[in-house]
Amino acid sequence: MTGHVFHPGHEELHGVTVVVHGASGRTYVGRYHERGARGVVLHDVGVHDAASGVPRDEWMARLRKFGIKVDHRTLVVPEDEAGDIERLAG
Amino acid sequence: MPYPPALVAPMRAEMTRMGARELTTSAEVDAAIGDQKGTTLVFVNSVCGCAAANARPGLAMALQHAARPQEVVTVFAGQDVEATARARQYFSDYQPSSPSMALFRDGEVVHFVHRHQIEGRSPQAVAAELTAAFDRYCGATV
Repeated sequence: MTGHVFHPGHEELHGVTVVVHGASGRTYVGRYHERGARGVVLHDVGVHDAASGVPRDEWMARLRKFGIKVDHRTLVVPEDEAGDIERLAG
Repeated sequence: MPYPPALVAPMRAEMTRMGARELTTSAEVDAAIGDQKGTTLVFVNSVCGCAAANARPGLAMALQHAARPQEVVTVFAGQDVEATARARQYFSDYQPSSPSMALFRDGEVVHFVHRHQIEGRSPQAVAAELTAAFDRYCGATV
């Protein structure tokens, strides 16, 4: 099974944990599914909202160490909200 | 819903070939981790091709290293649901992801590798991270 992939034909980021920087200032971290007309579809998503009072860097550092606390099993980040996308692993 | 057993059998075999012991029930998990002494690596197996397909050979490479855990055990996420849930109770500070790996020393998690730390990395890179952890936590003490 080495090298076997169950989802051929998808985008390069499919299945990869990414960070989506939102135009609103929110940050979304989850497994990338696809980007379409509705926006970016993510699975098992944690969301940081600056209004929470927790600094984003602190939230990201905790997430990198302890994993993603899932707020949404599936989330569509609307196209006008979705900004840059990068791999969480960097 | 679990995948058909025949489909995941090669993924199970890949683990046992490298010397990992499969844990398929809560009782087996408790026996392996419940009163854990020394060093044990728990590998949470997964059907995910983009991460597990590199994690398994990465671990196999790392286990060739001089310093290595005294025991390697594995549960299969989505397949052996009860055993996986039980194992995760022993590293509940860490959010569930699969594949993932928890290195225990004398009952405490001393190193954890999340799925996101495996994705997109070669088996060699996964092995390099693991061997560094093995050197740190599984080597001889003086």
